[in-house]
Amino acid sequence: MTSTGHTTDADAPVLTLHDAAVAVGGRRLWSGVDLTVRPGEFVAVLGPNGVGKSTMIKVLLGALPVAAGSVSVLGQRPGAVGEEIGYLPQRRNFDGSLRIRGVDVVRLGLDGDRWGVPLPFSRRFSAARRAADERVREVIELVGASAYAHRPIGECSGGEQQRLLIAQALVRKPRLLLLDEPLDSLDLPNQAGIAALIHRICRQEGVAVVMVAHDVNPILSYLDRVVYIVSGGAASGPAAEVITTETLTRLYGTPVEVLRAADGRLVVVGGPEAPALHSDRHDDRHGDRHEVLR
Amino acid sequence: MNPGFTWNIITDVQWMWSVPSMVNAFRAGFAVALLAGVVGWFMVLRRQSFAGHSIAVTGFPGAAAAVYLGLSATLGYFGFCIGSALVIALLSRGSGTGVGERAHSSALIAVVQAFALALGAVFLSLYGGFLNSTSAFLFGNFLGITHEDVLTLIVVSLVVLLIMAALGRRLLFASIDPAVAAARGVPARALNILFLVLLGATVAEVSKFTGSLLVFALLVMPAATAQVLTARPALGLLITVTLGVLVTWLGLAWAFFGNQATGFTITSLAFGCYVLAYAAKSARRSFALKAA
Repeated sequence: MTSTGHTTDADAPVLTLHDAAVAVGGRRLWSGVDLTVRPGEFVAVLGPNGVGKSTMIKVLLGALPVAAGSVSVLGQRPGAVGEEIGYLPQRRNFDGSLRIRGVDVVRLGLDGDRWGVPLPFSRRFSAARRAADERVREVIELVGASAYAHRPIGECSGGEQQRLLIAQALVRKPRLLLLDEPLDSLDLPNQAGIAALIHRICRQEGVAVVMVAHDVNPILSYLDRVVYIVSGGAASGPAAEVITTETLTRLYGTPVEVLRAADGRLVVVGGPEAPALHSDRHDDRHGDRHEVLR
Repeated sequence: MNPGFTWNIITDVQWMWSVPSMVNAFRAGFAVALLAGVVGWFMVLRRQSFAGHSIAVTGFPGAAAAVYLGLSATLGYFGFCIGSALVIALLSRGSGTGVGERAHSSALIAVVQAFALALGAVFLSLYGGFLNSTSAFLFGNFLGITHEDVLTLIVVSLVVLLIMAALGRRLLFASIDPAVAAARGVPARALNILFLVLLGATVAEVSKFTGSLLVFALLVMPAATAQVLTARPALGLLITVTLGVLVTWLGLAWAFFGNQATGFTITSLAFGCYVLAYAAKSARRSFALKAA
């Protein structure tokens, strides 16, 4: 499926960051990030608010250059292979009055960047049109949204909208899926449902997933690796090695304790909240004494 | 001067179409409803009705200024409508439709609108206050349409509709999902500017017939009605255009036989459709709730 001629070894890294650093407005957000993601791997980007987790996604999309180090996405520079990347921006709600069906939103993920309009009745004589219809139907079934895909998307619940948006990100069969806080503002059962769905897609379809997360616990059991970013530094590796008292104390440069609750959930206590660089809408939910990875 | 309505529809229509200005009005009505319907559907979807309204209002000082300076009103409509569309597009942030961006642009749009109305008043007083033309600028005149008017209208409609057809999918994508569209290489901001210019041209052209205030009847009402009835884009556009043409034609006939102003008849019919659609939807919903 490669038209660009580069060899795509089945196990070649989808994504490599080497000692990468990024600066916004002349101010260094994070640095020293090393990360390799292979097909079918599920990686989370963690860290306190305002540290630049979403900025990582922008770098991978090619919307922002790295200030130091190197980045390679699907063997090329970021931004060169938009076709093969699925992207789900930070939580966006379609408001209740938006009169567009879920299936149309998914469809736009497939051909929304094309010129022109679909011809009326082309379904009858165009094989490409039928194949596109079939792909939209298939991906909606994959995320389990068939029951409500034909309702106006504004009337769907938050969890239903998120499933449809994941379908939209997947509809072109991307090799890399970039998700920016997809579990944010969902209730707990929906968080668990969407986390399980993303994991299933990752394994079943062999898609590499990089997910920015505020709370590691809903996805903890699925993760192959995490990148933990704090202002000034970063650590990456398996979750069990990174989210530890030793590693986080070293990263934050101040005593931090990782506690494991009886049900296996991790709680980080004592981490200083990074200075909020953007006005973050989670700010009000957090005290300034600790960062809780619920 | 007009004969009464006889309930013999065929002779009525024959009589109506024997008047050349009525034939032109029907032709123009078709093109106006088609153009305003397509552009209006996107405007309602993009929540840019307020921008559209302000652009329409700036047509009034435009026409007044042009007439005062001895130019054609058409020139004034186009200059001011496209000009204000550009001001709104270039000064608003981002794509103009995102969260927060809309709030910023609504204040900007209100500023443009207020200033436009003030300018209109100035030009009218300079002109010496011809009440006739004030009413034509604001409420339009469907019945004095010449062949040249129809020709310009068809050319403008074709140009705008062809551009809309070429943009179609990209504009829809950028309208409902600007962040993902931008990541896919769809230039949301450039599309917003282009769309507002097309909206400006549409409003200018339609205003010549409907006036600066009633242009809204054809831009908003059929599109809003269609979006109450369906969430399918293609079907929605079809309903918008069909409804627009129907209310325009029926409104023209009503105006002809009832000796009413076209602005009143067309707007009333379009409003009636909206109310009916809304009532039908509410009734269906409460029925479904009871059944569930």
